[in-house]
Amino acid sequence: MPPGIERDVNRFKQIVRGKVRQNLRKYITRGEMIGRKGREAVSIPIPNIDMPHFRHGQKGSGGVGQGEGEPGQPIGRGQDPGQGEGSAGSEPGQHIREVEISLAELADILADELELPNIQPKGQDSIKSVKHKYSSVRQTGPDSLRHFRRTFKRALKRQISSDAYDPIRPVIIPTRDDERFRSWKDVSEPQTNAAVIYLMDVSGSMTDEQKEIARTEAFWIDTWLRRQYDGVQRRYIIHDAVAREVDEDTFYRTRESGGTRISSAYKGARIIIDRDFPPDDWNIYCFHFSDGDNWGEDNQGCLGILTETLLPVCNLFGYGQVQSPYGSGDFLRELKKIDGDWENLILSEIAGRDDIYDSIKQFLGTGR
Amino acid sequence: MTLSMHRTLPADLKAIQDEMEGHAAAYGLDFFDTVFEVLDYDELSMFAAYGGFPTRYPHWRTGAQYDEWMKGYSYGLQKIYEMVINTDPCYAYLLKANAITDQKLVIAHVYGHCDFFKNNAWFAHTNRKMLDQMANHAARINRYIDRFGTEVVEEFVDACLSIEDLIDPYLPHIRRRPAKVSQKKTEAEEPSRKQPMRFETRSYLEPYVNPPEVMSSLDDTPDQERAEHQRIPAEPQRDVLLFLLEHAPLKDWQHDVLSIIRDEAYYFAPQGQTKIMNEGWASYWHSTIMTRHGVTGPDLIDYADHHSGTMATSPQRLNPYKLGIELFRDIEERWNKGQFGPEYDTCDDIEKKENWDLELGLGRDKIFEVRRVHNDVTFIDTFLTADFCRRHRMFSFAYNDGSKNYEIQSREFDQIKQQLLNNLTNHGRPMIYVDDGNYRNRGELYLTHQYQGNELKLGEAQETLRNLERLWGRPVHIESVVDDLPTVLSFDGTDHEMVTL
Repeated sequence: MPPGIERDVNRFKQIVRGKVRQNLRKYITRGEMIGRKGREAVSIPIPNIDMPHFRHGQKGSGGVGQGEGEPGQPIGRGQDPGQGEGSAGSEPGQHIREVEISLAELADILADELELPNIQPKGQDSIKSVKHKYSSVRQTGPDSLRHFRRTFKRALKRQISSDAYDPIRPVIIPTRDDERFRSWKDVSEPQTNAAVIYLMDVSGSMTDEQKEIARTEAFWIDTWLRRQYDGVQRRYIIHDAVAREVDEDTFYRTRESGGTRISSAYKGARIIIDRDFPPDDWNIYCFHFSDGDNWGEDNQGCLGILTETLLPVCNLFGYGQVQSPYGSGDFLRELKKIDGDWENLILSEIAGRDDIYDSIKQFLGTGR
Repeated sequence: MTLSMHRTLPADLKAIQDEMEGHAAAYGLDFFDTVFEVLDYDELSMFAAYGGFPTRYPHWRTGAQYDEWMKGYSYGLQKIYEMVINTDPCYAYLLKANAITDQKLVIAHVYGHCDFFKNNAWFAHTNRKMLDQMANHAARINRYIDRFGTEVVEEFVDACLSIEDLIDPYLPHIRRRPAKVSQKKTEAEEPSRKQPMRFETRSYLEPYVNPPEVMSSLDDTPDQERAEHQRIPAEPQRDVLLFLLEHAPLKDWQHDVLSIIRDEAYYFAPQGQTKIMNEGWASYWHSTIMTRHGVTGPDLIDYADHHSGTMATSPQRLNPYKLGIELFRDIEERWNKGQFGPEYDTCDDIEKKENWDLELGLGRDKIFEVRRVHNDVTFIDTFLTADFCRRHRMFSFAYNDGSKNYEIQSREFDQIKQQLLNNLTNHGRPMIYVDDGNYRNRGELYLTHQYQGNELKLGEAQETLRNLERLWGRPVHIESVVDDLPTVLSFDGTDHEMVTL
């Protein structure tokens, strides 16, 4: 970038960020971001980062064009970007600007807005990962790693000391002994890993709207956790009367129906933890979304599994109850009974899309 | 920050420049010295964002434009081939990556622009040393930023830029002021204003000879009439920026910033007024020079490809290059054959009209004259003919509020011409005047939008009012039309208001 413009571009980017921030609640509440997973950046449409002027509106506007067509024939939609409104098409239309913003950056903005504390991971020293650092030199190695300067220096020294150096024609020819190669050292670094298990109720009483809310929230929680940990492993469980472990795609897209037996999901979560994530090494998170319309007899069982097997090993267990037109919402009441005993159990009631924002704050505001 | 990007032109381009300059001069084009520079695309984008200048005051808007140009280029949507600015000497920038044929075309094109800048009457009052002036503006605004902080200055610049188009593009060409002053005098002399009889006397006797009570009771001019006389401005004033400079409560640095923005708006105004002519003229000359001299065998395809790309038309956008070049060619042909004047116009015989050729050969002279005196509005008004519209399959389109579509409205010449003139008048922007700087006798600012069948974009108008209030410091109003009813939009610093008259 030419130096003169850099300042302006940076300032513009700041303003874009500010706009995103202003409208964050809107972006979060809408499910648009989801389905763009697998990419590091999302593009967000931001309307009208432009100077307002007194301008003509569409009503009563028109222009002159060239080409075929009969009177009355439509030639373009209103409000299209680049519409020939205004001055004979010599002026650019109103653009909706798509800004690319990385998920990491978005997570930061989200954290700033929600005032999320940074998570204090447990077991910071207990997990070591080994990394290669190319910081040493040795005598053998592939040509691609040859350390040219050292090789050259050694060859030069040898030639000078052996009087083979001719200052008039300074040709340096390294021999096998002169060659030096870069090499690595193993460095172990403490790493913080997190495992996140998302559980979602897909029973008949959860409407599409409710599932959508649950998914949106899961998406944002995921974005934040990935920002906080080096390596985040995710597992997805959907359940009605029985629980199934599914892949991410299915989780975000599936439609099911049936009764509800939450304990099945909790059992499933426990199995995954036992199998993949020894609690000493992992920061474990569980987020469960349901309308709370559990099968009555099952409640006791759920509490049992929660208090005995899940809560003791999880950094955080979040339960988000999405209000449903059909559900009784019983399950939340059950959980409230044990809420006082467990600091890492967070309960959140989500009445509608507008509550997603606050609900995320409830879940992640603890800094666990 | 001063940027020196000057590089000597590579020898091959220098040779092309010399050749093209020779051809241009031989055809009678008359231009300032022209300095060509070759730039990479990112540099060219920067210049484009800066309006063609190497140094401008810092503002995020230029950053946004740069971003847009760069994105457009990297996605292959748009490309700037060339840019030329109206200065003496003329500076022109070429894209380094252009093929050699493109460079030829572009250089020929640039000489057309240079001739236009130098000779068109609407550019006569522009500052040809704008390069220095722009750098000077940048330095001044940078100084204010250092002194008062980025945010404060930026906020103010934003407010100014929001109304930058509220100028009077004819002001440089007409002396409005002295006329106004003399008018005031005659008004004062009018006997209609009853002056109480006052006896001549020495000053210390004044209160006794002319008692104040009597004097005031005699002064029976109605309040309203008096208010009428104190009206500011005396007549509706189109140069809103000037009005603000003279009457708004601005600090010194704010006054300076606003005057900078006004200067630059006036500098760029003629380019908006002559877009079709300027591009048409430059295209006419690149096409003339290239097809008669510039194109050699292998260039032909590249030239044709590029030229036709530039001339492409679309239903929704009138291409100013195409319209301009075709009109100039049409004028040249008509004046060569004598197809003008009352005799030709009143002739009813189609066949005779079609074969009308008096072999006058006045075409070239005519188009040189046209490029000297006209702007887009008068150009279209004078030279667009029904025949031309038919040949170029022109139509007018309008927004249909019912279907939310733009629809073809008519192929009638009168309607097309009217629509085109509407679009060109004031560069398609609404005409706005300062009506009263002391509205309701409370120092409020009252603007009027001269409604011509096209309503303001409401939300944006309100945002603009907000910015205007920032400059004026008191409530501001604009009278316009909303949903077919005359309406006043107001902003008092906290709330928007909309009152139907």
